[in-house]
Amino acid sequence: MTGADLFIVLIAMVGGAIRVSTPFMFVALGECLTEKSGRINLGHEGNLVLGAMVAYAGSYTTGSPWLGVLMAGCAGLVLGALHGWICKLPKVNDIAVGIAFMSFGTGLAFFFGKPYIQPSAPRLEAIPLGDWTGNSSIAQALQVNPLFFVGIALAVFLWWAFRNMRWGLILRMTGDSAASAKAMGVSVDLVRLLATAAGGFLAGVGGAFLSLYYPGSWNEGLSSGQGLMAVALVIFARWDPVRCVFAALLFGAAGAIGPSLQSIGISQGYYFFNAAPYILTLFIMIASARSKSAAREAPGELSIVK
Amino acid sequence: MTAVVSPPALRSFSLGPRTMRAVEALVIPAGALVASALLFSVFLILLGKSPATFFSLIWTGGFGSSFSIQNTLQRSAPLILTGLAFAIPARIGLTLIGAEGALVLGGFTSAAVAIPLVTGGVAPGVTLPLMALSATAVGAAWIGLAGWLRHYRGVNETISSLLLSYIAVAIMNFFVEGLLRDPASANKPSTMPIGDAYRVGAMPGTSVHWGLAAGLILAVVLWILMTRTTFGFAARMTGGNVRAAKAQGLPVGFLVVACCAIAGACAGLAGFFEVAAVHGQANASLVAGYGFTGILVAFLARQNPLAVIPVAIMFGALAASGGLIQRRMGMPDATVLVLQGIIFVVLLVSETFYGRIPFLQARTTGDRT
Repeated sequence: MTGADLFIVLIAMVGGAIRVSTPFMFVALGECLTEKSGRINLGHEGNLVLGAMVAYAGSYTTGSPWLGVLMAGCAGLVLGALHGWICKLPKVNDIAVGIAFMSFGTGLAFFFGKPYIQPSAPRLEAIPLGDWTGNSSIAQALQVNPLFFVGIALAVFLWWAFRNMRWGLILRMTGDSAASAKAMGVSVDLVRLLATAAGGFLAGVGGAFLSLYYPGSWNEGLSSGQGLMAVALVIFARWDPVRCVFAALLFGAAGAIGPSLQSIGISQGYYFFNAAPYILTLFIMIASARSKSAAREAPGELSIVK
Repeated sequence: MTAVVSPPALRSFSLGPRTMRAVEALVIPAGALVASALLFSVFLILLGKSPATFFSLIWTGGFGSSFSIQNTLQRSAPLILTGLAFAIPARIGLTLIGAEGALVLGGFTSAAVAIPLVTGGVAPGVTLPLMALSATAVGAAWIGLAGWLRHYRGVNETISSLLLSYIAVAIMNFFVEGLLRDPASANKPSTMPIGDAYRVGAMPGTSVHWGLAAGLILAVVLWILMTRTTFGFAARMTGGNVRAAKAQGLPVGFLVVACCAIAGACAGLAGFFEVAAVHGQANASLVAGYGFTGILVAFLARQNPLAVIPVAIMFGALAASGGLIQRRMGMPDATVLVLQGIIFVVLLVSETFYGRIPFLQARTTGDRT
């Protein structure tokens, strides 16, 4: 591999990381919001796939991709609200409900998505940030979707809101100690219902990115575990929205290894590199489990860290 | 002596707490099934389809003829095994959803092991047991790893087992698309076919392969293991309260890894039968979602290995009638997925009713053990 090849691979990985990380980022921010309230939603895989389908169908029928994004968010919102409502019933295990929603959301998406596999819907436009360099591979890598910046802005906003806004503090209190939230007169169930619904909305938007930008079409093999990996990512990012962005970029880079190597003609082990994000997630989970700082920053009510 | 029913005997209708719990465990899931059928009917009516046609087609496609019954049983064989793969770790308190990966990897391993043996002309009587053994061993190691990580490293087993599933599929793709690809498989990359002489045949008098018998036997054996042996008692005690189990000096780490390994072995064996009896080679057809339907099977069976059998047959019938529903009603094959999703969600909602329906409770108040 020459220096020029290495440069192309690195540029392709940066561009790939930006592209691949955006859905991770949205699901992770949604999950972060939900987990801060003391509940875990493992069903975001379902939200992601349903969001992707609804966004594609919405963009196809209305002609406006941004309307599709909004509709995807609403579909995620409904699934999230349902999840939140079921979890507030006594004796119901939130992890099991998440698994159920994973299959329910995917089933719904496959059922209603059949007619939309063939037609092509208007896609989201990217912002060309690299055209001034005059280098085609850089220009291609820096085609950035606006949703990427929306995600970063959202992360910073959430980070700030968790510390400074009234609802952010209430959310964190509910997540750390339901008893003290009750003592303050806060309805724990309502806070968690809203947090799960909002988290579902964000996961749905993440799905819209998959079908409307990258890979940019709707089919049944669109998502392969991104929704679930994002849950591990939140643990790795220790429930900090800004760290979620960096973790998502790391995961995106791992996912971009295979395609980047392919761009300079190395296709050996393509299927092996496909597994890189999963292996990375697993190692990160092993490294971050039982770490003292993770235990200190975890919301106290979260079943997954107990 | 015969005719008179005395008041105490009448009162004993309320039965013991143990029996009432069993009745509850039967009535509530059955109620959940009925409720899901109603919800799904509403869904069908909204789409302008007839629920009556749908459910009668499921009956015809699942149990209507001897052909459809055998088709149902054929499909329920892997579901029994993957159902067990979820149910056994659940008894020790783990939520493992990686049976799909163990099935795929087990199936792939048995196909890979078969290649040198078949080309070397080793007798089927030696080859098939070796294939089965390697599939169960790999499956056991795969899920055992998730259990080990859970107990010794504190890694959440639900997420790690699903990640391992994706890794398993990637490993199979890596070899099937590369080193072990049969050049003859142009459109669908596969390993070399094991050939008819090496296939696991059907059970006498049926067209159902021996995987069903293996599933039935394992379900009974595992039921005995979990309810009638000290191992099972220790495992269930660990599931009830890990700290108490540790305080009692139970080998919790061993129990956790052993339960996971048993689960993985079941799923790996299912993969072996999918390769040796159904497909004849390893390819993407192995990733058929049996592992995920198995989770639902185990939940509906309330993690009881014996109850897994009828529930798996029910979902086998649902899968068997999928094609008929597609043809006759013009609905996509994902219809079955939607129904399964509704059943899953309603079933979990029904969990909230345990211990709260008055006439299902034993009358001995105060004792709720």
